Amino acid sequence: MSALAELVTRQHVIVCCGTGGVGKTTAAATLGMEGARLGRSVVVVTIDPAKRLADALGLEGLGNRPHTITRARWDPQFTAPTSGRLAALMLDTKSTFDGLVRRYARSPEQADRILANSFYRSIAGALSGTQEYMAAEKLNELHDEGNYDLIVVDTPPTRHALDFIDAPHRLTRLLDNRVFRLLMMPTRASLRVASVAAQAFLRTVSRVVGSEVVEDIIAFFRAFEGMEQGFRDRAHAMLELLSDPTTSFVLVTSPRRDACDEAEFFAQRLLETGLVIDALIVNRVHPAFGESNRTDEYRARAAELEHNADCGDVGARAAALRLGAAYGALAELTDLATTEQQQLEDVARRIGARTLATVPVLPHDVHDFATLAEVGAHLFDGVTRRDTRPVHEPG
Amino acid sequence: MELPAFVSMSRVVIVAGKGGVGKTTVSAALAVAAARTGASVLIVEVEGKSGLPACFGRAPLEYEEGELAPGVRARTLSPDLALLEYLGERGMRRLSRRLVNSGAIDVVATAVPGMRDILVLGKVKQLEQSGVADLIIVDAPAAGHAVRFLISPRGLLDAVRVGPVRRQATEVIAMLSDPSRCRVMLVTLPEETPVNELIDTAYALEDRVGVKLGPVFVNECDVDVAADPVTLVRDAELARVDLPVSDAAALAAAIAFRHERAVMQRAQADRLLARLPLPQLRLPLLAGEVGPAQIEQFADALTEGVALLPDGAGEGAPKTGSPASHVIPAGPRRSM
Repeated sequence: MSALAELVTRQHVIVCCGTGGVGKTTAAATLGMEGARLGRSVVVVTIDPAKRLADALGLEGLGNRPHTITRARWDPQFTAPTSGRLAALMLDTKSTFDGLVRRYARSPEQADRILANSFYRSIAGALSGTQEYMAAEKLNELHDEGNYDLIVVDTPPTRHALDFIDAPHRLTRLLDNRVFRLLMMPTRASLRVASVAAQAFLRTVSRVVGSEVVEDIIAFFRAFEGMEQGFRDRAHAMLELLSDPTTSFVLVTSPRRDACDEAEFFAQRLLETGLVIDALIVNRVHPAFGESNRTDEYRARAAELEHNADCGDVGARAAALRLGAAYGALAELTDLATTEQQQLEDVARRIGARTLATVPVLPHDVHDFATLAEVGAHLFDGVTRRDTRPVHEPG
Repeated sequence: MELPAFVSMSRVVIVAGKGGVGKTTVSAALAVAAARTGASVLIVEVEGKSGLPACFGRAPLEYEEGELAPGVRARTLSPDLALLEYLGERGMRRLSRRLVNSGAIDVVATAVPGMRDILVLGKVKQLEQSGVADLIIVDAPAAGHAVRFLISPRGLLDAVRVGPVRRQATEVIAMLSDPSRCRVMLVTLPEETPVNELIDTAYALEDRVGVKLGPVFVNECDVDVAADPVTLVRDAELARVDLPVSDAAALAAAIAFRHERAVMQRAQADRLLARLPLPQLRLPLLAGEVGPAQIEQFADALTEGVALLPDGAGEGAPKTGSPASHVIPAGPRRSM
C-alpha cells in the first residue's frame, strides 16, 4: 500500500491546502473516493468546486449538509468493501456562521439581533477570512457529529498560509479588541472615563466611514456580549483537532516555480505552528520522453537539421525540417520535464514531506468519477495508465 | 495593431485571472513589451509575495518603487499603508495611526465590505492621476476573485454614506468605467475549467463593474510540431541522417504529446472565442524557470500577437464584438 493510501486508511482528518489553481478540490475528491473504496465512511468538504465537478459530486443546489453519493458512481464494479461510503458537501459560509451564532447565543432573541446586524452580515458574507473560518468550523461540526471515519477538507485558495488555521482566532481577537471591549460595557460607572475616550475615538472613525457604520459595529459588539467565551472555546477545540496526530495536512501544488515557492512558504508557516505536511501532491507534471542528460544533444540536432542547407532536393530538405522540428520539441519537453522534476524534488526535500505523489498533465479536464479515478491511479499507484476502472487492491 | 497604440489604449491595465494561470508572467511580459516602445511602466503588485521580482532576477519588492528593468519600475500596495498615506494627505495623520495601531482598522475594514480593496484601488487611481508612468500594470490579487476586488467600490457606496472613503469609491468607479483610463486584461490557460471560469468572470466584470476588457491572454500554449510520428523513419532516410531507435520512440512520443495537447488547447481557445468574442493573445509554454530571458521571449510573442490584432482591437465589447476577432495561432500548424 502506498504512503498516501495509508493516510486515507488511517487518518480521521485530511486537510488539502495550497494556493488556488493547483487542483486542490480534485485532490480532495480523489483522496475521499479512495478512502471510500478502501471501506471507510468518508465525507469530502468542498469550498468552491468548478461547476462540472460539483455536478458530478451531486452538489448542485444542495444545502450545507453532507449528501451521500450513490455507490455505483464511485465504485462502478462494486469491488469496495460494503462499509465504504462517500458523501460530499459544498460549504455554505453564511449558513455555517448563522448556525454558530445560534449555538452560542444565550437566547433566540440574542441570535436574531446578531443575525440582523449589518456588521455581522458583512462578516458573514464572502469576506476574506470568513470562508476559511467556516471551513474550519464545518470540519469541527462534522467531527463532533461523529458520523464519518474520514473527513477530507478542501481549503479556500489563500495567499496567507495560515488563514485556515488562524481564522477561528480572528473573531475572538476582534471581540477582544480593547476599544470595543470598553464599548460593550458602557453603563458601568467605573468605566465611564474610558468609555468617553472610546466614544471620542469612534467619532473620529465616523469621519472616515460615516456614523452608520460605527453604530452597526457598536450594536454588533453589544449583541455579542456573553458569547465570547463560547467562541474562544470553539477556536481552541479547532486548533486541537488540527494538531491531533490523526489529522494530516496534504499540500497540493504544481511544479511551476511560483507555485512551489508558495508551497514552501505555506509549509514553513505550518511548521512554525507545530504542524507538518504529511504528503505533497504535485499536479500537472510534464512527462519525460527523452533522457534528461541529452537535452543539449537533442537541441543541437534540431539546429543542425534545420540549418542543414546541403540537402539538395526539396523532399530531403522538407524531411530534415520535420525531423528537426521533432528534435526541437523533444529538447523542449525534456528540458521542461527535467526542470519540473528538479523543482518538485527540491520542494519536497525542503518542506520535509514524508510522501511525494505526482499527477501528470492530463489530456482532458477532471470533472467526473472516471477522471477522478484516473487521477487516483496516478496518486495511489504511481502509474501512468489511463484506466477508469476501480484501481485499488482489496485489503 | 501597432504595439505603441496597444500599450497606450489606457493608462491602467489590470491583469486578472484565477490563481496559477500566470498573471505575474503576463504582467512582466506586458511591461517589457511596453517599455520597448519607450513607454515608462509601473507594475503594481497587490499584497502578498509573488514571483514578479524573480521574473526580472531581482530582490523582493518594497512599498516604495524600485526599478526592475530599463523603463520598468514596480512597487507593492498594501491597504494599511495606503490608508495611512491617504488620511495623512488629508490632515488626518494622527487618526490614521490610531486606527492602525489600535487594531481598529481591522474592525472597520470588516465592517465595510471592500474597504481594503478600495484603499488599494484608490491608490492606483492616485498614481494614475499623478502621471507617475505612461502605463500602470496592476497584478491583481491571486486568490481573491477579480470580480470581488473590482466590484468593491460599488458595494462600498451602499455601506458608506459619507466621508473620504465614499469619495474615494466614487472616484475609483469613474476610473474603472472609463476605457481611456483603465481596462482589464484577463489571463487563462487553454483548459476547460479555467476557460469556463474566465467566461463567467468576463461577463461579471462587464455587467457588474462596467470595466472595459482588453484582449484575453491564453497562457502556456503547447506549440504543435510540424512533424508526424509515422513518417519519422522515412524522413530520416530522406534527409540522410541516422535515427537511433530509442530516439525515434522518444520523438514520436513527444510529437504525439504536443499534438494531443495542442488540439485540446485549440478546441478550448476556440470555445472561449465563441463564447467570449474578445481578441486572444496566446503565449507559449516555455521550459525552464521564468527569468529575464523567458520574459523577453514572452514579450516577443506578445508583440507578434499584437501586430496581428486589427486596429482598434479591444474596442469591441464581448456581447457585440465580431466573432471574427483575431486569434494568434499558438505555433506552426501541423503540416500533415
